[in-house]
Amino acid sequence: MSVELDVFVGNTTIMDEEVYQLWLDGYTVNDAVKVRMEGGVMDECEASKDVLLSDTMDQYRTFQMCERLLHSPAKLANQLLFQIPPHRQIMLIERYYAFDDTFVREVLGKKLSKGTKKDLDDISAKTSVTLKSCRRQFDNFKRVFKVVEELKGPLVENIRQHFLLSDKLARDYAAIVFFANNRFETGKRKLQYLSFQDFAFCAGQLISNWTVGAVDNMVEDMDEHAFQTLPSLRGKTKVFIEMEGSFKNLSRGLINIAAKLTNTKDVRDFFIDLVEKFIEPCRSDRWSAADMKLYLTHYTNSAHILDTFKHQVVWDRYMGVVKSCIFKMYHD
Amino acid sequence: MPGKLKAKIVAGRHLPVMDRASDLTDAFVEVKFGNTTFKTDVCPKSLNPQWNSEWFKFEVDDEDLQDEPLQITVLDHDTYSANDAIGKVYIDIDPLLYSEAASVISGWFPIYDTIHGIRGEINVIVKVELFNDLNRFRQSSCGVKFFCTTCIPQCYRATLVHGFVEELVVNEDPEYQWIDRIRTPRASNEARQRLISLMSGELQRKIGLKVLEMGGNAVVGYLQCFDLEGESGLVVRAIGTACTLDKLSSGSAPNTNTHMHPNTAPASNACNSPSKDGKEPVFVEDLPSSSGPPTPFRALPTSSSPPPFSPSKPCSRQSSSSDTDLSLTPKTGMGSGGSAGKEAGPLRTLLRQQTQTALEQREFPFFTLTSFPPGFLLHVGGVVSARSVKLLDRIHNPALGNTRSYKLLDWNSVTADEPETRDAWWEEIRQEIKSHARALGCHAVVGYSESTSICEEVCILSASGTAAILNPRYMREGCLDIGCTDHRFEEPSPPNCGFCHIPYDELNMPFPAQLTYCYHCRRQKVPDVLFTTIDLPSEAAVAGKGCLIQARLCRLKKKAQGEANATAISNLLPFMEYELHTQLMNKLKLRSMNALFGLHIQISVGENMLLGLASATGVYLTALPAPGGIQIAGKTPGDLSSEHISSIQKRINDTIAVNKELYQINPPKLFALDPEVFCGINMELAEEGVGSPIPEPRHRSRLFRSHSESSDELSELDLSHGKKDAFVLEIDDTDAVEDIHSLLIDAPPPTGFYSCNTENMPGISNWTSGVQMFTSVRVLRLSNANLTNQGLNKIFTDLCENLLKSFYFKLRSMIPCCLCHLNFTVAVPEEELIQVTVTAVAMTYDKEQTQEKTAEKPVNKGSLEAEEQLQFPLELCADSSSSNIQTASKISGVGESTNMSPRAASVDYGSFADRCSTWLELLRLKAHTIRRGSVKTSRRTQSLAHSVSSLERCSPLQEGRSRSLRSSRSFGGSSVTVVKMTPLSFLPGTRIIKYLGIINMFFIRETTSLREEGGVSGFLHSFIAEVFAMVRAHVAALGGNAVVSYSMKECVFMENPNKNQAQCLINVSGDAVICISETDQESSASTANTGQTGGSETDGAT
Repeated sequence: MSVELDVFVGNTTIMDEEVYQLWLDGYTVNDAVKVRMEGGVMDECEASKDVLLSDTMDQYRTFQMCERLLHSPAKLANQLLFQIPPHRQIMLIERYYAFDDTFVREVLGKKLSKGTKKDLDDISAKTSVTLKSCRRQFDNFKRVFKVVEELKGPLVENIRQHFLLSDKLARDYAAIVFFANNRFETGKRKLQYLSFQDFAFCAGQLISNWTVGAVDNMVEDMDEHAFQTLPSLRGKTKVFIEMEGSFKNLSRGLINIAAKLTNTKDVRDFFIDLVEKFIEPCRSDRWSAADMKLYLTHYTNSAHILDTFKHQVVWDRYMGVVKSCIFKMYHD
Repeated sequence: MPGKLKAKIVAGRHLPVMDRASDLTDAFVEVKFGNTTFKTDVCPKSLNPQWNSEWFKFEVDDEDLQDEPLQITVLDHDTYSANDAIGKVYIDIDPLLYSEAASVISGWFPIYDTIHGIRGEINVIVKVELFNDLNRFRQSSCGVKFFCTTCIPQCYRATLVHGFVEELVVNEDPEYQWIDRIRTPRASNEARQRLISLMSGELQRKIGLKVLEMGGNAVVGYLQCFDLEGESGLVVRAIGTACTLDKLSSGSAPNTNTHMHPNTAPASNACNSPSKDGKEPVFVEDLPSSSGPPTPFRALPTSSSPPPFSPSKPCSRQSSSSDTDLSLTPKTGMGSGGSAGKEAGPLRTLLRQQTQTALEQREFPFFTLTSFPPGFLLHVGGVVSARSVKLLDRIHNPALGNTRSYKLLDWNSVTADEPETRDAWWEEIRQEIKSHARALGCHAVVGYSESTSICEEVCILSASGTAAILNPRYMREGCLDIGCTDHRFEEPSPPNCGFCHIPYDELNMPFPAQLTYCYHCRRQKVPDVLFTTIDLPSEAAVAGKGCLIQARLCRLKKKAQGEANATAISNLLPFMEYELHTQLMNKLKLRSMNALFGLHIQISVGENMLLGLASATGVYLTALPAPGGIQIAGKTPGDLSSEHISSIQKRINDTIAVNKELYQINPPKLFALDPEVFCGINMELAEEGVGSPIPEPRHRSRLFRSHSESSDELSELDLSHGKKDAFVLEIDDTDAVEDIHSLLIDAPPPTGFYSCNTENMPGISNWTSGVQMFTSVRVLRLSNANLTNQGLNKIFTDLCENLLKSFYFKLRSMIPCCLCHLNFTVAVPEEELIQVTVTAVAMTYDKEQTQEKTAEKPVNKGSLEAEEQLQFPLELCADSSSSNIQTASKISGVGESTNMSPRAASVDYGSFADRCSTWLELLRLKAHTIRRGSVKTSRRTQSLAHSVSSLERCSPLQEGRSRSLRSSRSFGGSSVTVVKMTPLSFLPGTRIIKYLGIINMFFIRETTSLREEGGVSGFLHSFIAEVFAMVRAHVAALGGNAVVSYSMKECVFMENPNKNQAQCLINVSGDAVICISETDQESSASTANTGQTGGSETDGAT
């Protein structure tokens, strides 16, 4: 005697947020039932294990059927198959596109290619995020990347409109897309201490200050002309330095980074450069964050005193971003 | 005279990719009606094509308009090979044919393919221009309204109820035609879908004609079914109740709590009774003769009934004695009240009856309605039912495979005199029902329904209803203006107990039934138990709450062929009926209730077993005597230890006590109840054995079994165990112990849940707006080949119980809630499979109010016992609104505060749909303002989200515009109309302002990649979801926002896992309506939740 077929379909699609999360996290039906049993749902409504299993299977099926729609969230609103209340739709989308920071930290800056996808089982083992969940998250990145790649206009806004995501999530996706597109190096040991949120913040700074607002030609948009003028600073700043030796090095470092921004390949090393050339020296000197702030502020402003310095605007634009990035990145 | 049908294809969206190379589709559309086909242009390389076609015009007969669906086929254009079909949409244009229903069908329809399911959507506009036809020989019946609802629909009043209409049409099943061997499954499925659609249209048209002939203008309680008889063909049949309905002006709309109208309106002269044609319904003709006030103590001069065995009732006798017919027709009538049999037809009425029988030959005093306007139902006799086992033979059909020509032939009544038609079979059964009703002293059958169960070539036809005496005034014209306010009865039977009073003659009862004086009025006799198929009358006085009671039964039978098989089945049937009845009775007692409403007994036949499932809603009617307990007795004193017996007895008594508490059954103790309260006081009887343990038998129930073939005698099967009391359960073997255990196995619903299978839940009326309709299907495979009856019973019972438990668990967020209209359907699709299909609705209610009631009871009870207060039960249910809040405060301390939070949450979710339709309004407004800027066509139904998606690819959006888009989206940009569905005739908290027409849809889905679609469950899950989606889309296109009286008539599932194949057929029906939120709510109801429902006041007013 066995249950051959067991379905339950409501006119308004019934979804349990807890089960949805378990599904998203890649639990198998049996594991999900175990988790739910431990969670104490059994006590409600005098449910038995069979009831729980049947319910979980039903919900998993529903989610699988919905998944196709979630790939283009705009469809969810005007499809006819499932009658889902709008607030539920928002929840479904938001949760589906949510990701684990530990996972995204691993793929950040990597090419969203099949090759990377093959390595997901390693990442899954490392981050203890289930492979199924890793795949979903990776596919989400890829999907978002593919859609916004061809679009003009502000990146965050485009993501938000096409995937109906919340502001926060759209910004995070913009960062992921930005990193993937520019292939920033984030995997080096020296950068390991940085969290995804650190990078996301920096990406936000870079996107809003160094790009014109379109994603498809981001690198060009990093205003080559402006940065090309920066090397000319190299000589002039020397005059200024009345500080200790380390300061000299730091200054040189910053200016070298700026100079390298003109070269696409070197742009990838932006973060590693920041850490190597600036953050590490400061850390070894045991600067406090406040010291750092003070230094950078004065350093930025001092350029204005220099009469011969003709690139005030570019300088501000550069230093503004570098400054906030370094603030964010300067921690243990 | 013709009508003009116009259709316009606007656009498509979400089309599937048909060209792998480009990932796009070159779509075009064929629009077909009858034999005329139009095509749109090809819209190249788009998954969201905009055709914006011209108006395609079809000039057709209105007869065709009724029969044919508009067929829209979406195809992918292919230059070099045949065009690939993407899918189809069938649109039933019947709703456009009534003057006051929908005027246009316009909206997005899912494009459906029988192999792939829904593949995108298409936007279509359909209109009809109808020219009036005064031709009296016309064959169309445009303008007759159809309702699935089994009560007088809201916003109408019945000026006249004409009576029973029935019709059936037959055809060969395309699946079994020779051509099916060479055509694709898709072509075969589509041929079937189309044929059934055609046949339903034809059936409806023919019924409409009958109604017009009777002088009516509507069919209420329309029940259409189809029988897939396999090789022998396809039968589509329908029954209904013809009425003359008047639309109520919206101002005088009744309040929602009683979803029936006081039928006091004057008769309209809108319809002139065509009495000359001699087909006047029974009541119009014969009731003048019974002009004297009906007195319930005497058998009513039931003029409608011919004497039982007069030669004027030849139909059933003849057909059953014919050689070709298999004469094995145990038709069993079941009535708790019993039957007066031959004695019922008093001699004095004989003469008059004989003169009328000729008239009545073709008429049946049946009503498919289950609830009635107050005053309509005078007395209820009990359940009458009849079953008949038939061997299917090829249907005699002079024009096989061609409905059109068949129809013409049929119209000339070529087949009418063919004795082998299904018509004759049903005629026979109906006669049986009629005679059973007569035996109960009743002249009418209400809550009437028919069903079949087919396995191979054996078919069980079943019919059941409730024998009743109706108020003749509703049958006659011109009498309604007197109304129920006037001198209706001289007998002052109060409305809340009158229907319980026995209709049959007390003196002539052929069996010793236990009658008592009514506990309400003390004037007339009532039976001790009442079984009915109707809904609980709204005016009935009830104590506590009702609950779902089910009897489940499995019986193995040997595999056999042909007649031997039919004999085996017909021999088993009476035992099944008997056992189901016993189970029902015992479970009723166990819950301490005394009446069943909405009783539905289904017997389903499989190759090696029979399944029986009886569902009903048990209730405690205060007019009937309190039910007795259940006694356990050993067969002989030595059989089992008395300790064992007494332990079981104790368990039973405990269960009864618990149930009393659970269902809040605290009947007012009106009179000194002599030895009435005998629940478990006769413990010592256990040892006394069988003899005559209980001084006065408390209960009699009977089952009539008539062998129409053998003799004209009614052989009676006494369900009450001869002289023994029905409540004494004998333990003579282990089976009996099992039975008792199974009796106790039914778990009560968890706290916060109630369940019933009727329209209204006895004891709960304060619904809030949370509504969740659902369908659930479960199929069990019996792997063990050597099962006993007992084992099977257990499995079957567990299956049903587990289903209920699943529902409770899934719907736990709606607590407190009630599962209403739980409709179980069982089938044996294959030898080892049991399939149970359930459709029901969960509705939230306001717990506080019910708590008030419960709090009130113990408070009042004390005083009641001292002073015999007759009025109390009246107050209790008549105006629940006046239940005082002071009493509530007494229990507020703990109970309220703990119950508050879950309730708030569930109400919030429930009323959500309301809110989102107000958002919809808001969004539409926004959509308009947005479109003004763009160049889009601004059709009303065009969705916001669509216009958004067309803007999506536009490069940099202006800041302002994009913002407004986004903000409307974050509101939850659902552009799809929310369509609520319910199997009930009403939606809580809303008022139906318009009926848009009947929804009757038939779908087939097939797959050859079962595993890939997620196995059988995945396949059926998506199919049911698709069916819901298509129903919703059709309702939305009609301009509606809800479906009431929804039901899934058929869900036939077949699988072949080895071939990776499965097929499923689903037939659904319901009434599309526009409902608006109830604005003029009673102030008493405005407690806590008005704040939540208040936001939805304008919803649906599109």
